[in-house]
Amino acid sequence: MPPDPTNKAAGLREVDAPHSLVAHFGADQPLQLDAGSSLSPFTIAYQTYGALNADRSNAVLVCHALTGDQHVANDHPITGKPGWWQTMVGPGRPIDTDRYFVISTNVIGGCMGTTGPASLNPATGRPYGLDLPIVTIKDMVRAQAMLIDRLGIDTLFCVVGGSMGGMQVLQWIASYKERVFAAMPIATAAKHSSQNIAFHEVGRQAVMADPDWRKGRYLEQGVVPTKGLAVARMAAHITYLSDGALQSKFGRKLQGRAAPTFSFDAEFQIENYLRYQGMSFVDRFDANSYLYVTRACDYFDLAADYDGSLALAFKGAKTRFCVVSFNSDWLYPTAASRAIVHALNAGGASVSFVDIETDRGHDAFLLNIPEFIATSRGFLDAAARARGLPPAKPRPD
Amino acid sequence: MAEEHLRPFRADAARVDLLLVADMVKPNSRVLDVGCGDGALLRLLSEEKGVDARGIELSQQGVNDCVAKGLSVIQGDADADLSAYPDGAFDYVILSQTLQATRRPRDVLEHMLRIGQHAIVSFPNFGHWRIRMQVALGGRMPQTRNLPYAWYETPNIHFCTIQDFIGLVQAVGARIERGVALDRFGAPLNSSAPWVWNLFGEQGVFRLTRKR
Repeated sequence: MPPDPTNKAAGLREVDAPHSLVAHFGADQPLQLDAGSSLSPFTIAYQTYGALNADRSNAVLVCHALTGDQHVANDHPITGKPGWWQTMVGPGRPIDTDRYFVISTNVIGGCMGTTGPASLNPATGRPYGLDLPIVTIKDMVRAQAMLIDRLGIDTLFCVVGGSMGGMQVLQWIASYKERVFAAMPIATAAKHSSQNIAFHEVGRQAVMADPDWRKGRYLEQGVVPTKGLAVARMAAHITYLSDGALQSKFGRKLQGRAAPTFSFDAEFQIENYLRYQGMSFVDRFDANSYLYVTRACDYFDLAADYDGSLALAFKGAKTRFCVVSFNSDWLYPTAASRAIVHALNAGGASVSFVDIETDRGHDAFLLNIPEFIATSRGFLDAAARARGLPPAKPRPD
Repeated sequence: MAEEHLRPFRADAARVDLLLVADMVKPNSRVLDVGCGDGALLRLLSEEKGVDARGIELSQQGVNDCVAKGLSVIQGDADADLSAYPDGAFDYVILSQTLQATRRPRDVLEHMLRIGQHAIVSFPNFGHWRIRMQVALGGRMPQTRNLPYAWYETPNIHFCTIQDFIGLVQAVGARIERGVALDRFGAPLNSSAPWVWNLFGEQGVFRLTRKR
């Protein structure tokens, strides 16, 4: 299935003229990067939902995962599909847009309007490509804090996110704990494991092995390393699911045929499914951006900045935490969340932790899992009471 | 966590000692309730006594109930999760009707005394005369109103008598600050003699502290 060229053009337009709000930071406000240099000027593309209250006390920052974006609760401008977290964010949802002012930003290094490798480098007039310095989770969070400052918000009611979004949540606590009233790190880890890095490296090598990658200069040459990026997505997608879920959904079922044809076609349904996942991904995601955001995760090791002690990273946090893991998640397994919980406990933080039983693997945080939704709602409602926010409007169901 | 979680002790029987345990806690203190169930004790302590109340609970439903009440509760158990808490993090660490269901009761008690200034433990007394009679005369493992499980499915793997517990307290170098034995109706026995407790108490409730 060849990628739809109109979609690709739409993807490029989102880089420079996104269908969302944008905040430009000029030469007077450079973004300091962990890699040593700084980024200036730069842009953050973001979305907001709901209204900021008079006290400016009801803001929720939603942090997206690796290939997510700011389009949390509206139709996606390229794919037209519903926002990626409409199970959690919206009117009457746990992150209730009738009660909270929800902010979501595209991360630094992304490709949906925030400055990333596909953005134009003002120094050269060409896309940055690999000239963009390597960015880290901490850089992403530093940029978010600059946006929150610009929006005139001192303390966020909650910072919430899953996977790489959860890493940003943890980094928010380490960097700006006094600015976060409640935090929900979901299906995440305080550091990338060797296995996590290994899977990301497979993905990056797949992109770089594509002849159309052109050492990262493909945009200027009018090509896109779709094959490499699709393979990267296929490999990554397996890690988002569980063996059990794949078995029950696809098993060994054949794709559109009654008997094996003894060929290398997409013979099995799982192959067809993965190929579809790969090819639809390349329509909406920039290959270099994939290199940058996977790299950002790989460098994430929160304790490293604190003499190897995760507890020190969280020390003194008055934030209320709700840590959530999913028992079939083998990418960021329950033990990784438990390590976060133990470090929070060691620092005396107020922490709740629930390991949700499901066979849906890492992707469970994106799905409508009733126990997960109920826990999130309970935690946020209780935190809202403690924050003095008015209760939810009664809703006819 | 996949296996079904059996409550070690009947819920309403456990509730009997809730007020008694709460009575042993000073207002505005820091409390960790290990095996906190739906958070009834934590809520009582936090609302009535201004306690900074935290909990550990094995069942997902229990954790969800607690989190929805605004309580800070982590999914875990006494054997696995106490070791992560720093020394002296709490004024009280409470283990209600759970000691006999832990894999290593001595380790658990030592952690409780390390983490808390005080440990409050309540447990079913296996030395009660009815239980002794069932073993002595019936020749079978006892099943009672409060301990209804057959031997092959009970979560209670480390039963002890009140006298046994007092022996463990001595073995870990702790001191009993307060001790109460409850009869089958949850009323405190009118005696302070351990042998009376051991024979007629259905439950023991003890507040311990580290020896200075």
